[in-house]
Amino acid sequence: MKPARPGSRAHNSLTPYVTGHRDAACIRSRQFSCYTRTLRSEDKVTIHFINRDGLKMTVKATPGDSLLDVVIDQNLDLDGFGACEGTLACSTCHLIFEEEVFKTLGPITDEEMDMLDLSYKPTDTSRLGCQICVHKSQEGMTVHVPESVADLRQPDVGTTSSSS
Amino acid sequence: MTTSRVLVFKPMKSLLTTKFSRSTRFTGLRRLASTPDSCPRVCVVGGGPAGFYTAQHLLKIHPAVQVDIYERLPIPFGLVRFGVAPDHPEVKNVINTFTQTGQHERCSFHGNVSVGKDVSVEELQKAYHAVVLSYGADGNRSLGIPGENLPGVYSAKDFVGWYNGLPCNKDLQPDLSSETAVVLGQGNVALDVARILLSPLDILKKTDITVQSLEALAASKVRRVLIVGRRGPLQVACTIKEVREMVSLPGTRPDMRAEEFKGIAESLKDVPRPRKRLTELMLKAVQGSPAGSGTASRLWGFRFLRSPVEVLPTPDLTRAAGIRLGINRLEGSGEGAWAVATGETEDIECGVVVNSIGYKSLPIDPAVPFDPRKAIIPNTMGRVEQAAGLYCSGWVKRGPTGVIGTTMNDSFATAQSLIQDMGTGVLDISTVKPGSQAITPLLQKRGVNPVSFSDWEKIDSEETRRGKAAGKPREKLLEVEEMLKTAHSRGPETQCTQSRD
Repeated sequence: MKPARPGSRAHNSLTPYVTGHRDAACIRSRQFSCYTRTLRSEDKVTIHFINRDGLKMTVKATPGDSLLDVVIDQNLDLDGFGACEGTLACSTCHLIFEEEVFKTLGPITDEEMDMLDLSYKPTDTSRLGCQICVHKSQEGMTVHVPESVADLRQPDVGTTSSSS
Repeated sequence: MTTSRVLVFKPMKSLLTTKFSRSTRFTGLRRLASTPDSCPRVCVVGGGPAGFYTAQHLLKIHPAVQVDIYERLPIPFGLVRFGVAPDHPEVKNVINTFTQTGQHERCSFHGNVSVGKDVSVEELQKAYHAVVLSYGADGNRSLGIPGENLPGVYSAKDFVGWYNGLPCNKDLQPDLSSETAVVLGQGNVALDVARILLSPLDILKKTDITVQSLEALAASKVRRVLIVGRRGPLQVACTIKEVREMVSLPGTRPDMRAEEFKGIAESLKDVPRPRKRLTELMLKAVQGSPAGSGTASRLWGFRFLRSPVEVLPTPDLTRAAGIRLGINRLEGSGEGAWAVATGETEDIECGVVVNSIGYKSLPIDPAVPFDPRKAIIPNTMGRVEQAAGLYCSGWVKRGPTGVIGTTMNDSFATAQSLIQDMGTGVLDISTVKPGSQAITPLLQKRGVNPVSFSDWEKIDSEETRRGKAAGKPREKLLEVEEMLKTAHSRGPETQCTQSRD
């Protein structure tokens, strides 16, 4: 059981890293949002999550928060979501986006792609929720939470690589 | 190779952790009132990720079930503490969720209890409605070749246990006095071992690696690590993340053989994306590989189509001096290709051989069915075959493979099966069972002193305190005796005096 960690050593020492302008903004607003939890409701973004049973859950999210933050803050009942707490060491926050929204999400890093490759059946519009920040332009979007294993009701077949 | 920047930021991490701990899903102080006698009682054998994820899901999907986790060591978390590499701290974040489970009002942790020795599975079955076996894979597959037991040959399990402070491996003292180390196997554990052997000390000293291992690595003469597999580049078992870490490991450069990658680039067209990206990354490393390029003094490389034939001893037969590898060719193609020996061999001079061909589960108790060929407990969706009331999860259920998410999902599935059986009546919960009330006196009589979750928290704070002094996240206690002393001490003051001794 060993998912791992982004290739760069510096990341290991928790040196601040940003992926670019957009993500830097994401971090700033993330810290900001920490102190201003009471944003006016019209500043919030409506997001629909479709869970693994096909059930729709609608939330009002704060711009700048990551989608993992949203799931945790709103206490959405998604088993095992975000096991590594947003550090790119697992793929349990795998989400599938609508194609139009996906195009606006900005570039994907090698490290995020590495983890997505370990998820169960990644699609062409898959991303990790911990790497996506809520933005006003996403108003009304629907994201799907995909199955994390073939089928919980089927006997398990261990196919992933050996690891610890 | 380009190093992409990653969106991980310290303040964010701590913020996120706070949010997680604020999550209401697991809040609730330990209830003072005792659990009703009539509740269903389940015990989990093994306090690693499989055990904790099974317990977590049982508690979540059943409103009254009481879960007791029994663990052989005085400390919880299994391979998250003793397997995950010290330079992978983010993987260990799962401990935060496990801690919420450990502190849950309907869960209790009983460390320092060896099931199969201190208490039998049969005794547990009498005290609980169901027993979940989640004790993992405690053995290492052996090579079955001459010279395997020579000094200088280590199992990956022991080697990893050594640098991670597993009490039974603390005195391994691997001999790192030769220039080349050979790791047999190409899974993620093999790459962990290679990386730890070659990592700059500045990186390692900020991790929770044991101080003894750090000293041994500081004195290490190992400059080259070869990672050997019986099949080809398209069949490596490790994941891309681990290869990327090797490629960007400071002070090292790849030492690959271009001829082993002949025709590989052309065959990538129809390969699934994960395999394709992994192979492309290796090809990139091969291109940067020709000997003499780069200034890095430490080398790492894959060696493909090689099976170990014999560990070659020194002339006085006292220790390993090299390894003889049989050269294979591949038959079939893709993931299912298999290696066939050509009869030719190749010798590599090396003083350290690490056997990383896989972990292996061992039987725990004659009362539990075990499939010795697959080295797992035979089960259907976590229900142990022909053993009502017995369940299993994690590596002992499906074999020692997969990442943390794999174990999480399969543990959730076992919990699902168990609760389902309660509902359908397959699992009889109509009788009242005493749970730990019957087991604790039994253990006392046998001179076993269990460690509770709050006892573990004393060990945890002592380790964190010692780590802080050394600029590390924690300094692990290595002796079971010391763990017990700390766990059963009265408070932090007592600890400070003790640790100054």
